[in-house]
Amino acid sequence: MKKSACKRLAACGVLAALALTLGYLEQLLPFTVGIYGVKLGLSNLAIVMALYLLDGKSAVVINVVRIIISSLLFGNMLSMAYSLVGGVLSTAVMLLIKRISSLGCVGVSICGGVAHNIGQLCVAMVLVSNLKLAFYLPVLLAAGAVTGFAIGACSLPVINNGYIKMLCDSYKISK
Amino acid sequence: MKKSDIFLLLAVVLTAALLFAVLFVLLDGTGAVAVITVDGEEYARLPLDTDTVLTVSTDYGTNVVVVKDGKVFVSEASCQDKICINTGNASEMRAIVCLPNKLSVSIEGDE
Repeated sequence: MKKSACKRLAACGVLAALALTLGYLEQLLPFTVGIYGVKLGLSNLAIVMALYLLDGKSAVVINVVRIIISSLLFGNMLSMAYSLVGGVLSTAVMLLIKRISSLGCVGVSICGGVAHNIGQLCVAMVLVSNLKLAFYLPVLLAAGAVTGFAIGACSLPVINNGYIKMLCDSYKISK
Repeated sequence: MKKSDIFLLLAVVLTAALLFAVLFVLLDGTGAVAVITVDGEEYARLPLDTDTVLTVSTDYGTNVVVVKDGKVFVSEASCQDKICINTGNASEMRAIVCLPNKLSVSIEGDE
């Protein structure tokens, strides 16, 4: 294994740990707006950072690892199903949007937040099979956009930080 | 932060608001129904979104069931105790029951 690959692996580990910690922090904070399913998604900070500082593959791996570990630690199998669909969909959409559009990281994060909520709603519709859940769609859309915006805006200074950028560029796989 | 990012945020929030309005119009009003049973058998179903007055006269007695402003209550009863009238509006949690006339009025949500 090349030195850069080792460094990249280590960076992935650090970001995965960050994502887990942020997720745990979010559970500790009593941040709820009273609507079930609406939350800040702090751990997405680490995913957005990984997407921009490292690469798409790392972001996907970090997110899947984060979801599996956090479900094992704090959740159950059902919450894992919800999170996996939402998480994988959101990372995939963010990857796609980043590649095909001219949106900045805030816009990409908004798309990720919306995709995450739509994915979770789809799982809920399959599991509960109640059409009334469609009422939730606009609420979750707006919530995903707002939290995505917040997460994107927060990760912006980190991504644009010259030192961090330089450090991470040396981890990237040289093509 | 790019301008297009902020436009995206506004666009999504606006779409959500619009969608909510559309869904509200579409799904609302098809709401609950009042189910009237006599002696355990269904006598009538009255949608709560239209005001109606129904006189239920059976072998057991006569009750007048009124649907008004999305609420349902019994306005007249041939029985002695008038408990059904005093119950007031029926809710999903609490049905109106008139034991002497074997009548009950309950609310069912739509599915």
